[in-house]
Amino acid sequence: MISRTLLPALFALLTLATAGYATQEEVVLGLSQDRVAITANFDGSEILIFGAIKRETKIPDGPPLQVIVAVSGPTSPVTVRRKAKRMGIWVNTDSVLVDSAPSFYAIATSAPFRETITDTEDLRYRVSIARAIRSVGAAMNIRDAQNFARAVVRIREKEGLYSLRENTVAVDQQTLFRTAIEMPADVTEGLYSARILLTRAGEVISSFETDIDVRKVGLERFLYGMSREQPFLYGLMSLAIAIVAGWGASAAFRLLRNS
Amino acid sequence: MQVYLPIAEVSGNAFLLLSAGGIVGILSGMFGVGGGFLLTPILFFIGIPPAVAVATGANQIVASSFSGVLAHFRRRTVDVKMGMVLQAGGLVGAAVGVLVFNYLKSLGQVDLLVTLFYVVFLGIVGSLMFIESLNAIFKSRRAGGAKTLRRQRGWVHALPFKMRFRTSGLYISVIPPILVGLLVGILTAIMGVGGGFIMVPAMIYILGMPTKVVVGTSLFQIILVTAFTTMLHATTNQTVDIVLAVLLLIGGVVGAQIGTRIGVYLKAEQLRILLALMVIFVCVKLGLDLLLMPDELYTLGAAGEH
Repeated sequence: MISRTLLPALFALLTLATAGYATQEEVVLGLSQDRVAITANFDGSEILIFGAIKRETKIPDGPPLQVIVAVSGPTSPVTVRRKAKRMGIWVNTDSVLVDSAPSFYAIATSAPFRETITDTEDLRYRVSIARAIRSVGAAMNIRDAQNFARAVVRIREKEGLYSLRENTVAVDQQTLFRTAIEMPADVTEGLYSARILLTRAGEVISSFETDIDVRKVGLERFLYGMSREQPFLYGLMSLAIAIVAGWGASAAFRLLRNS
Repeated sequence: MQVYLPIAEVSGNAFLLLSAGGIVGILSGMFGVGGGFLLTPILFFIGIPPAVAVATGANQIVASSFSGVLAHFRRRTVDVKMGMVLQAGGLVGAAVGVLVFNYLKSLGQVDLLVTLFYVVFLGIVGSLMFIESLNAIFKSRRAGGAKTLRRQRGWVHALPFKMRFRTSGLYISVIPPILVGLLVGILTAIMGVGGGFIMVPAMIYILGMPTKVVVGTSLFQIILVTAFTTMLHATTNQTVDIVLAVLLLIGGVVGAQIGTRIGVYLKAEQLRILLALMVIFVCVKLGLDLLLMPDELYTLGAAGEH
């Protein structure tokens, strides 16, 4: 028993390396909801993510445990266009295809981001917002392709779709943690993933991943499905509603005037 | 009150959307324009994705135009025959317009061209109408309020295939109305609007129709064109948001009823000068967007979209 606890602690003190802690601390996770229902009055959602750290040994000495929670929406390729002034007017000139960008990405950390994870580990686990976006295929004539990837981050941050919230994970006794991730009203449907990384001295010692199902329900689901599967019928229905509403208003106003 | 829009995938304020529909409905009833050239930019501003805004706008215009045209039918200010002739040209034009649109799309600059179309057409139509109606107002003042009956006798009357349009009191060739319909149809497909703002002046100045009949006839013609556009969007792009449409059209149909009643109390020249000012305002706004440096140089689009 003694050797099992001492060895990693010593190892940590000497080298601050990764392997030592690896299998010792694990995440036991709870979510306030593992599905988000988009209903007619959906106005964004807040998901509580909480959990405990399971360990068979006592809390190792050394730097405190840090927790990173990253919730990511489904990824898709994005075309980014840039405007430039041509003949006096602003037109789209260059465009870059960003191969994969999540529709939603929120990170919550228990300390300032750079203190929770080193750059190397960030690169390996693709944690930071910039690393969550993958862009390889820029055309030869565009030298500043990274500006296009940055634009994706900037625009989506402004829309509340991407966010980095430092110091928002509360860690208690290096064992319990909890945070709340807010989703704006205009999230897209799909399978979201929630990743929890445990780090010590910037090194990831354990990671855990689970899914959150974000889905339209009820009338929203029905209308969305119909528009995709029965587009002709859906179009006719839209027109019918328009005509009936137009006639209804006309009739109602005539009644109002005559009475 | 927030309402989630299933196709647009955003949630919008119900009252904001209702009043946006209402404002456009009032204009629709007053001027006989569908209001698409105003509604679409308003929806962009609210944050509805452009593709959804254009498609849903078309559906909303069907409702407000239908509501408006019923009021005009009761006052017998719809020239059904003229409407049908315009329609024939319009549907051919819409088909041609779709082809042109897809060609521009393959060139990759469709947004710019649509905006340029708006600026150019709104600019020409707006300033012509403004100048003409100012002249008309001054003339009627000088003549002591006497009505000046304007009848154009030019190339329009020299063409063959003459037809009598009783409601408009015209006996002219069918070629000009078909051409007008064709042109408006093309513009409808490219600009995603009913085309009333071009149709109304064309009826007044090219065909020489009386203003009172123009509004009802234009609405009548717009219904079919926008219905056609709605179906096209629903089946090809699946961008008609029925929840958004319902909110807009509840505001729209009520607005259209109010608008037609306001229209009765205004003189034809006043009606035209107001519409002209509105058109010029939108034109200047869109023009400035092209000329001034945008806040955000980058825009995001789904991959494969050009």
